[in-house]
Amino acid sequence: MIEIINLCKSFGPRRVFHNLNLTIATGETLVIIGRSGAGKSVLLKHIVGLIRPDSGQILIDGVDICSIRSITEVDKIRMKFGMLFQGAALFDSLSVWENVGFALIQHTSMSEEEIRHRVRECLTLVGLKGIEEMKPAELSGGMRKRVGLARAICMNPETLFYDEPTTGIDPIMADAITDLIIDLHDKLRVTSIVVTHDMISAYKVASRIAMLYAGKIIEVGTPEQIRNTQNPIVKQFITGAAVGPITEAEGLAI
Amino acid sequence: MSFALWFARLGEKFLNLAIYVGGVSILLVQTIRFAIMGPLDRFQVFDQMKKIGVNSLPIVTLISLFTGVVLALQSAYQMQKISAQLYIASLVSLSMMRELGPVLTALIVAGRVGAAITAELGTMKVTEQIDALETLATHPVRYLSVPRFLALMTMLPILTVYADLIGIIGGYMVGVYKLGIGSGIYIKMTFEPLMLKDLFTGLSKSIVFGVIICIVACYEGFRTQGGAEGVGRATTFSVVTSFILIIASDCLFTALFYFAF
Repeated sequence: MIEIINLCKSFGPRRVFHNLNLTIATGETLVIIGRSGAGKSVLLKHIVGLIRPDSGQILIDGVDICSIRSITEVDKIRMKFGMLFQGAALFDSLSVWENVGFALIQHTSMSEEEIRHRVRECLTLVGLKGIEEMKPAELSGGMRKRVGLARAICMNPETLFYDEPTTGIDPIMADAITDLIIDLHDKLRVTSIVVTHDMISAYKVASRIAMLYAGKIIEVGTPEQIRNTQNPIVKQFITGAAVGPITEAEGLAI
Repeated sequence: MSFALWFARLGEKFLNLAIYVGGVSILLVQTIRFAIMGPLDRFQVFDQMKKIGVNSLPIVTLISLFTGVVLALQSAYQMQKISAQLYIASLVSLSMMRELGPVLTALIVAGRVGAAITAELGTMKVTEQIDALETLATHPVRYLSVPRFLALMTMLPILTVYADLIGIIGGYMVGVYKLGIGSGIYIKMTFEPLMLKDLFTGLSKSIVFGVIICIVACYEGFRTQGGAEGVGRATTFSVVTSFILIIASDCLFTALFYFAF
């Protein structure tokens, strides 16, 4: 279980989070929606300990990741996580199999043959094969996301984070990635946290949806509850209306 | 501009300087700690040694050869007037060993390798690859900074010795083939005034220069922000800072060696 308690963060004069609270239950798929620049990716980076908050706690199974000072302790928690980055963030000096097996190469004493076997398994799970020797630069956008996903699941994580998994790829590929998220969630029995502003994908994968606005989670609910929301801000966001309580500048810098 | 604003800007500059010095120092300490703690990725270190050392050989050869030639020619211009051409050999070897070898090599490597390190790490930073490293439980300093640090610290002194030799050969070519000094006497005059301490002061400088190039380049890479433009800015800043620090520390070391030994 992941609990975020009274999280506050500012970058210079810009207040990104102000007393943000959110609980993510084990095994659920939580989708965090919000406008571009609302701080969705920043929230993910807080949970995996890439950014430290100004104040507040993030409890991962009861351990506050923000208060741990030792790198090895943080790394121990990170081993339970897998993260798919927005641009896939593959290491472009390494081949696909070295990318997918990166954590195994770095942290285990498995032989190259065993690692290659595990890499093939992971690539099959995301629907790819025969590309082990290619470099990331030779892959299409959708394939890169899949390889990034294979890398994220390689160490059998308990929690998977997706940072805008459907952004920047064509609608058909986006739907395939959405199906993949559902598929992996069922097969690997992981907790999934998806950050997106693609509502089609959000409705499809979510067991709960949370809306981030003005530094707070303003509403959490099942896809059905969100669809029938009475909150005018959430309503405007999910219908994508230009006219409403959210204006162009509002909600970004409070 | 009002005085208050001027004062505020001055304060901001000092604050930024303090942040920079602090950041660089922390990175240096972390790098040394990880290098000592291990485990080291030997393949990575050798790969960097090849990129930094072996691949720099052609340009180091070219520049130090020309420097040796120019040094001999320029000093011949004066020395001939007082019929002291023989001392050209000593002048070339001493100035290459003590000063030009280490400094020129460091400047070449800062421009060639330092820029490449910042550009590579900066691109990794803006494409979230550094974040990805951390989520895969791998510390970026351990994985990226340590191999480059070890490679630079070992390859720069080796390149420096090589540059010293090539520079001396350049001087020899001018002395023997142009000025007509005997080959035997030129070689004798080259090595006669040299003492071991001349080599060591040069080498100790080049180790420090290696540390400067690596830490400045890695630090600028790690703090890159703002896409392609940011990478360009970081690379420029990295090279300029390395150059300034190399020349400044060279001045400091030369003064230190001059007064201490």
